[in-house]
Amino acid sequence: MKSSRYRIICYDDCIGCGRCASECSFDAITMKDHHPVFRHENCVDCQRCVELCPRGALSITRNPNRFRSHAVFSEDAIKEIRLQAETGGVLLSSMGSDADAVPVYFDKMLLNASQVTNPSIDPLREPMESVTFLGSRPEKVERLPDGTLADNLPPHLELSVPIMFSAMSYGAISLEVHKALAKAASKLGTYWNTGEGGLHESLRPYCPNTIVQVASGRFGVHADYLNSAAAVEIKIGQGAKPGIGGHLTGRKIVGDVSRTRMIPEGLDAISPAPHHDIYSIEDLSQLVMSIKEVTGFRKPVIVKVAAVHNIAPIASGIARSGADIIAIDGFRGGTGAAPKRIRDNVGIPLELAVAAVDQRLREEKIRDRVSLIASGGIRNSSDVAKAIALGADAVSIGTASLCALGCHLCASCHTGRCAWGIASQDPALTSRLDPDKGAEALVNLVNAWTSEIKEMMGGMGINSIEALRGNRLALRGVGLNEKELEILGIKHAGE
Amino acid sequence: MKKEGEVRISSGCAICGIFCRDGRRIPGSVIRESIRVMHNRSNGLGGGFAGYGIYPQYSDKYALHIFYSDFAAREETERMLDQYFDIINLSKIPTRQVDAIRDVPLIWRYFVSPLPHRIQDSQLDEDEYTAQAMIRISCAVKGAYVVSYGKNMGVFKAVGYPEDVAEFYRIEEYEGYAWTAHGRYPTNTPGWWGGAHPFSILDLSVVHNGEISSYDANRRAVEMYGYSCNLMTDTEVIAYILDYLVRKQGLSYRESAEVIATPFWSTIEMKDGYDKARLSYLRNMFSSFLVTGPFSILVGFDGGMMALNDRLKLRSLVAAEKGRTVYFSSEEAAIRVIEPEPDRIWAPRGGEPVIVTLDKEALR
Repeated sequence: MKSSRYRIICYDDCIGCGRCASECSFDAITMKDHHPVFRHENCVDCQRCVELCPRGALSITRNPNRFRSHAVFSEDAIKEIRLQAETGGVLLSSMGSDADAVPVYFDKMLLNASQVTNPSIDPLREPMESVTFLGSRPEKVERLPDGTLADNLPPHLELSVPIMFSAMSYGAISLEVHKALAKAASKLGTYWNTGEGGLHESLRPYCPNTIVQVASGRFGVHADYLNSAAAVEIKIGQGAKPGIGGHLTGRKIVGDVSRTRMIPEGLDAISPAPHHDIYSIEDLSQLVMSIKEVTGFRKPVIVKVAAVHNIAPIASGIARSGADIIAIDGFRGGTGAAPKRIRDNVGIPLELAVAAVDQRLREEKIRDRVSLIASGGIRNSSDVAKAIALGADAVSIGTASLCALGCHLCASCHTGRCAWGIASQDPALTSRLDPDKGAEALVNLVNAWTSEIKEMMGGMGINSIEALRGNRLALRGVGLNEKELEILGIKHAGE
Repeated sequence: MKKEGEVRISSGCAICGIFCRDGRRIPGSVIRESIRVMHNRSNGLGGGFAGYGIYPQYSDKYALHIFYSDFAAREETERMLDQYFDIINLSKIPTRQVDAIRDVPLIWRYFVSPLPHRIQDSQLDEDEYTAQAMIRISCAVKGAYVVSYGKNMGVFKAVGYPEDVAEFYRIEEYEGYAWTAHGRYPTNTPGWWGGAHPFSILDLSVVHNGEISSYDANRRAVEMYGYSCNLMTDTEVIAYILDYLVRKQGLSYRESAEVIATPFWSTIEMKDGYDKARLSYLRNMFSSFLVTGPFSILVGFDGGMMALNDRLKLRSLVAAEKGRTVYFSSEEAAIRVIEPEPDRIWAPRGGEPVIVTLDKEALR
């Protein structure tokens, strides 16, 4: 028998209630004579049984068994080789990359604070503004014949906080998650994003806070869908799998998912790697303009790309394509399913991409023409503050929002057996997630982060989020080399 | 040690200003006596003055004040000036010996007119042509720094206490309808005179007290529009923002104030009609030019002056009026010393600009 990655341990406190077995959706726990019986090899370490055991009688550990250590061929490397030798298949993974050889630059940057020469501001005593507008800005003001200023601003998204929810499609995740995200976005005054699977009928009331996506598979896209939303996002790529398409197995295309995606039940939903009407930048411009035509120039158009080597010129091209907002998804961006080798080896870290893009757009004098959204691996409020100081207008959070709903990053989304009811279409599992409670958790999370961001801003003597945007003197690097500092456009701590 | 421009130096300061709406020209000794009172707000590492209406005999010429570190810099600069301008008059700026003023550069003054055919070739207007030429001199000629280049105005600045700087420049010999003054309290030594204030671009000059927390966001935004913040000071970035908003975007000074010290959204929400529309528009359109952190500034420009505080009023700023004369200062004492009985004295609210301009009669 092959060794398991994890071992489930049951302590004496167990009363044999069987809750663990009924919660486990991976067939790792069954009951026999009022005692749990474990199939450790099936355990994915999702922590569902541990959290729901009324006695706290369970824990999951790494299997102490290990392969003989080797500096180059790690245990995981050997296991993956054996698995591929056995199956001949592509290794699948989900959630964002945890490749630890790639630095998390957020952890190597520190924020500033005021001392003596200017005062810090107490957010409990003074107004602290987090309102953010996303959209394009014209080059010059215009005046009406009477001398007053004409409103020549194109349509904008107004966010009460610079945090949105990332695109995650219905089908990859459950309707319950979509409901929770939609409700939370609506309550917070921010936006959630449908992802590429269309918008479920029941979520129509949340349209003012909804961004709809047009991806290469064009699932669920129709004029009404585009017009109902606050903004339309053209998805070119995502950080977890730049350059490749998507594949939602027919197993997940059931009932409402099939109806919402407008494809037959049981048919695999294949999103092609490229948009087959976009083979170059001028084609993108045509799609942007088509969407604007359909929506009567009333909706901002977002173009989402994965952070790849040439991201700066790519973003510059997008800015000139007529898009109002550019979303950059970094190397650590999450996914419901991606080939592991792609996820862990393609693309570049978000921090470097945002810094490079912001700088390039300024050199091209077009930074004000577009807004910039950063996503992919944002874990907490200081990541948000740092991303904004590097040059982002706002961020999107995907993985963090799922964690608020119960996700423990067991990275088994692609199995469709998510025990937390997040990445599944099995009603028995999805009913575990209460959208109202989920929305409350999301609202709490974003409010908590906002309080922290305001505290950090106040400490720096900044009382409005736009004064933090691109304010790179607010950052210092630690343990970074000259080149990294140059790309990030920041000084080293102590300078 | 790095000199100003190679390192960002934060400063506390004293500022004051006088503006005669009736166009009456008063000697520089008045502003000197005003700023002298606030000696303790400076630390001897920078002082300066801007005077308006001081060169009536050359009012349609650009008045260039230039620092040179050596003779070679002067020669090279004058060669460049000859290529671009008609030099109507040139001379050393008269100074007197003052013990406290050291490391004196060569200080020259030129009255110039751009050469018409060069303007035509450049596709620029006269102001932009002149501004670009001056920036080129400051950047390209080693040892040359253009202190001011407006019409009928000039900046006099040095490393030292402002009252000593006034003595040095014989400021009492100039008469102007408007004056601003600055005493600087930098945290480290600026290393050269260029770092002193006022900072000016064409006829616009800025004196500033405070340290803005939005500096790098503002700098990176304004540098997109062809400005280069070589001194790394707040004053410089504020001057460039105002120049961009007023000269390049055509905003009024009031509208510019509504950009850099924009009201809180909650305040904008409470307005109606065009006020609300204008404030929302300006705030959104020019969000990168919101200046946060403490500042009080006096902006001199041709025929007017603007005083402005940050939104929270984190720096003191007092205004007073006596007849047609308006006074501004970091401290009331500096006003009382030159005008003991003003008709009105008040502290302008945070973010609310006080803008004064010459009366119609004075403009004739």
